[in-house]
Amino acid sequence: MKRRYTISVFTENFIGILSRITLIFTRRGINIDGFTASESREEGIYRITIEVNTTEAQVIQLSRQIEKIIDVIKAFYYVDDEMVFQEIALYKIPIESIDAGLEVVIRQYNAKIISAEKGFVVIEMTGHKKDTQDLLEVLKDFNVLEFVRSGRVAVAKPMVSIDKYL
Amino acid sequence: MNDSKIRGAEIVIKSLVAENAKFIFGYPGGAIMPVYDALYDYMDQIQHILTRHEQGAIHAAQGYARVSGKVGVCIATSGPGATNLITGMADALIDSTPLVCITGQVLSQLLGTDAFQETDVVGISMPATKWNIQVRRVEDIAPAIAKGFHIARSGRPGPVLIDITKDAQVALGDFNYVPCLNIRSYRPYPKVPDSVIDEAAALINKAKRPYLLYGQGVVLGKAESQLKAFLDKTGIPAACTLLGTGALSEDHPNYVGKLGMHGNYAPNLLTNKCDVLISIGMRFDDRVTGDVKRYAKQAKVIHLELDPAEIDKIVKADVPVLGDCKVSLEKLIEKVEKKEHPEWIKQFRVLEAEEKRVVVGNDISPTKIGLTMGEVIRHINEFKADDAILVTDVGQHQMVAWRYFNYKTTRTQVTSGGLGTMGFALPAALGAQLHDYNREVICVVGDGGIQMTIQELGTIMQTKAPVKVVLLNNNFLGMVRQWQQLFFDKRYSFTELDNPDFIKIAEGYNFKVQKVDERTDLRQAVAEMFVHDGPYFLEVKVEKEDNVFPMIATGSSVEEIRLK
Ligand SMILES: Cc1ncc(C[n+]2csc(CCOP(=O)(O)OP(=O)(O)O)c2C)c(N)n1
Repeated sequence: MKRRYTISVFTENFIGILSRITLIFTRRGINIDGFTASESREEGIYRITIEVNTTEAQVIQLSRQIEKIIDVIKAFYYVDDEMVFQEIALYKIPIESIDAGLEVVIRQYNAKIISAEKGFVVIEMTGHKKDTQDLLEVLKDFNVLEFVRSGRVAVAKPMVSIDKYL
Repeated sequence: MNDSKIRGAEIVIKSLVAENAKFIFGYPGGAIMPVYDALYDYMDQIQHILTRHEQGAIHAAQGYARVSGKVGVCIATSGPGATNLITGMADALIDSTPLVCITGQVLSQLLGTDAFQETDVVGISMPATKWNIQVRRVEDIAPAIAKGFHIARSGRPGPVLIDITKDAQVALGDFNYVPCLNIRSYRPYPKVPDSVIDEAAALINKAKRPYLLYGQGVVLGKAESQLKAFLDKTGIPAACTLLGTGALSEDHPNYVGKLGMHGNYAPNLLTNKCDVLISIGMRFDDRVTGDVKRYAKQAKVIHLELDPAEIDKIVKADVPVLGDCKVSLEKLIEKVEKKEHPEWIKQFRVLEAEEKRVVVGNDISPTKIGLTMGEVIRHINEFKADDAILVTDVGQHQMVAWRYFNYKTTRTQVTSGGLGTMGFALPAALGAQLHDYNREVICVVGDGGIQMTIQELGTIMQTKAPVKVVLLNNNFLGMVRQWQQLFFDKRYSFTELDNPDFIKIAEGYNFKVQKVDERTDLRQAVAEMFVHDGPYFLEVKVEKEDNVFPMIATGSSVEEIRLK
């Protein structure tokens, strides 16, 4: 059965590591639904969060192939219940659309206006994909000009520390 | 203190010397010229072999690595030099051959500008290497090479690539070689937990029809004597993969033959009859399993394997024994009971007799007029030394030679297994021979494959390596023709060759030559080849349309192996 998995990868910060990881997916024809990279708590160690929709057997193989990369320290995989995660979304709305209705929507979704520019405002919302997607649907009535959503940032609930693998 | 500084190019060579590399297989060009210049001063410490093509260089390095167990080294220039290495890297990766490849690269300030002979070889080689890196600073050269050797030879071996910009090669730096022993993100030898050993032993001890498959992991893990001891104690029948061949002498009483598409009848068929399947250092290639949905479903599987990514990749292991198979086998030997399985082994022997009757006889002692590949191998067996190395190319001759060559010791089988690279044999035979001029190296090759790297006859000439080249000429891309015959209605689309006069070519390269097209001359010719001290080229005109059997057609189960 396919479901959503998040693979959390800890790596050395070397050139080429992102390509090596993505090659594992492209070679098997597996779509990456979200990809974010950042520093981790440990200095010099990178943390990559990858979202995929696949089977457990496949995600195990993917994690093992990722771990096989010399500069990868460890790859964990989780289902959604095992993680706390967020995504951030930005919506660009023309100035003419601003009215009381928009204000209600913003409050309702716990979103906020983070920038007002000449001719448009930018609304930000943080949450799960379903929520930011809902807001997008609503904002379509307000002529949303641009929309962008980040990949997932996530921390795992199980208490395993990467220190153990160093 | 500036006097002690040397150029990056010299650091490259001194690092290779520090790693005890005996040979460099290579080909020069602009971006690697500083390294070639440095080599000029080190000819007494390291031997450079100038091949005739970079593909030849890397296959030679592979051949050398496979028989010596050491890391093969090759160098090439940027751009086309580097891209010519790619096939060999892919081959070495899939066949777990330790290689360090060093390529020159354009000046670092020109990177990304489409400079002359600039190719992103780090990018191109990523899926074909175990690890790769570009070095742009002189101080990073020695650490990169040290890391490269460690990665290439440890754990499951493989090829690494180190791409060095020309400015780093000419810059001055200190040489202070520190071998790499540990990389924090890399754990090449997972520790075998005792609990799985107990589980495995328990399964083996109560098995009625246990069956063992061994692959190249046994050779790479230097576990040949442990394998033998394990078999001696347990009495379990054992079959080999293409690359595992030779890890156990074929004279061993438990040896039952070869696995895979053109392997032996019994070992394939009985895979689906065993109750416990012990696989050691092999990865269940599709050429071994046939239809995996119908592969050993009845058996409990114990998988001894060093690479975690191989566990459950193709065949689910009931007891995965992750770790160095030498260690695992040693522990297992302690825990397994002394047993014999005469009835079970007899089942193999019965089927073996049937294969002999239907296939082998006609292959190696034919009564028809045309010469067969099998009878050539039979005569080779008659004259070869026990430790002779057989290097084969890819195709029918590869399968026939593998089936009939009498393997007695380890590291005597060199062939391109996982990738099936035509053109591999000739340069690989050269590399194998360079490791030891006193060992017999027999290169069995087809008329198609030899023409993919025929230029390496020149390298053999120049090194005077006494390689015995046996060309089995059927005037066809035989293996493809066989498939056309069996699966494409005999539509021989572009598989027949108009061949050159191979004998004249070989003579041009100063080989002692011999051509045979009649049975009456064959034995004598093979005998002469073996007594000749120097490069030898024997061409045998074989039957044009012979097929290799047994065969498991693609998509078929191991049980559906055909004898004809
Ligand atoms: C580089 C490469 N190209 C194509 C193939 C596909 N292929 C496999 S076997 C074969 C025919 C080999 O013919 P030959 O070398 O004459 O050997 P034979 O099968 O006749 O013994 C071909 C074309 C291959 N394995 N490698």
